[in-house]
This record gives sequence, C-alpha cells and structure tokens, in this order.
Amino acid sequence: MTMSLGPYASFIVTSYAAAALVVVILIGWIVLDYRSQTQRLRELDRSGVTRRSSRSAVDTP
Amino acid sequence: MTLIDLANPTRFLALSARVLPWLAAATVIVLTIGLYQSATAPDDYQQGATVKIMFIHVPNAWLSMFVWGVMSIASLGTLVWRHPLADVAAKAAAPIGAAFTFLALLTGSLWGRPMWGTYWEWDARLTSVLILFLMYLGLMALWRAVDDPSRAARAAAVLTLVGAINLPIIKFSVDWWNTLHQPASVMRMGGSTLDKSFLIPLLVMAVAFTLLFVTLHIAAMRNEILRRRVRSLQMMQASQKAA
Repeated sequence: MTMSLGPYASFIVTSYAAAALVVVILIGWIVLDYRSQTQRLRELDRSGVTRRSSRSAVDTP
Repeated sequence: MTLIDLANPTRFLALSARVLPWLAAATVIVLTIGLYQSATAPDDYQQGATVKIMFIHVPNAWLSMFVWGVMSIASLGTLVWRHPLADVAAKAAAPIGAAFTFLALLTGSLWGRPMWGTYWEWDARLTSVLILFLMYLGLMALWRAVDDPSRAARAAAVLTLVGAINLPIIKFSVDWWNTLHQPASVMRMGGSTLDKSFLIPLLVMAVAFTLLFVTLHIAAMRNEILRRRVRSLQMMQASQKAA
C-alpha cells in the first residue's frame, strides 16, 4: 500500500518528524537524567554518606 | 495502599517502578494503533492529506493545556497542603508541557502555511498559546534561578496558578474574538462536527499522547526525587566536613 500525501507532503512529513524528534529528545533527557542522579547517589554511598533512615543512598526501587 | 501513602517519596518510587513498564508498553501499543489509523485515514475534501497534521497537532494542543492544569492542581498541593510530592510533580511536568506546547505551535504553523497561506498570525488563539509556551519557559527558569527549593516551590506555585487564567482564554479565544484559527470542532456543545473517520484516529492519538505524558511525567518525578535526595545528602556531607 502506498500513501499519497499530495502537494503538501513536506509539511505533513516535517510535522510528524518534528514530533518524533521532540519525543525522542524528551525520553533521552529523562533517561540520561536518571543515570546521572543514580550515579551521583552511588558516589555519595561510596563516600559513606547515608540517609537518616540509615538506608543506602542508592536504595532506589 | 491508599492515595495518601503515595505522599511518601520512597513509596512513590517503589510503586512507580512497578507501574512504569506497563505504562510505557501501553503508550507504545496505543501510539502504534493511532499512527496506523492516522496514516490510513481518508483525505479531507477541502484540506486533502494535510488533515493528517491534525492527528498530532490537536493532541499536543490539548496536552499543552492539560499539563498546565496538572501543574495548577499540584501548585494548590504545594501552597495549601504542602504535599511533599506536589512541587516535585509540578517541576517535573513543566519541561514536558513546554515540549507539547512547542509541538502544538510548530505543527499548527506547518498546517497553517498550506491552509491559511501563512505560518503565523497574531490572532487570539495563536498568541495565547505562545504566551503559554513562554510561561512554561519562565517557570523552568524560576525553578533554576532560586536556590532554596521551598522558596522556589512557593513562587512557582503562585506563578502557575496566576498563569492558569490563560487556560480559559486559550479555550474560548476562538469564540470571544474573530480569529483565523477555526472554532472548536471536538469538545463543543452539541457534539463533535468531525466525521468518525477523523474523530476516531484523533481520539486514539489523544489517548496515546496522554499516556506518553503520564509515563514521562512519572519518570521525570522519579528523577526529581532522586535529585533532591542527592542535594540533601551533599548538604549532609558538607556539614559533616565542616564539623
């Protein structure tokens, strides 16, 4: 099945591509941020800093 | 588990870790169905294939307002109940809301050029959505600018609630003023004016983008809780060194 997008195909394709790009950037940012925070918690844990509850700093479900 | 139990960040982290994979899977499934339906939807008799832009423009436009609504409720939680997760929820939602608003503006512009003959017009709907986008950016800047998280939370909550005035202005701008933007065609008195062949893919895409928001929001909230945990541990470390 071929899809014909007519004379304004570039506008349609750009719209979907931009939406995909922004969503990928959002997901990437959240994943990288999670890795960064857990890495920092691990470093704090290694240096002996623990939470008041005496749990490990990296004790994140 | 009651809702109040979720007020505990550790419990929220535990529950969200279990829920997130299911939410992500549901998002992918509904988005795939929505994209297929959007691709196979018929051309509009006036707009031709450009009507396909509607399937991403409208969900993003709805979510741009919905996210601010979520942030407004969270702001009430910050100011009235001082809920421990309220500011976390508002702060985590802002960049996602800004991204949806940006996409609503961009895809609207790309739809407007072939249909209206212009990318941009300073009419009430477009201008009020642009103001919403600038308010998202302003809020994000405010959270970054104020060092004390509790002061930043209160200031951001007030700004969010003041900014909520813009939501009915956006919604009813097409009725109150003479705009280039078309009036409401889905959420209106008397029902939708859209044919089912357009309405169903649009609603499926709206559900997909809402699921996407919920998934990203919960993940971003988890990050924000971890960031605050890092901050408090670093402060504890600094005070231990100073002692």
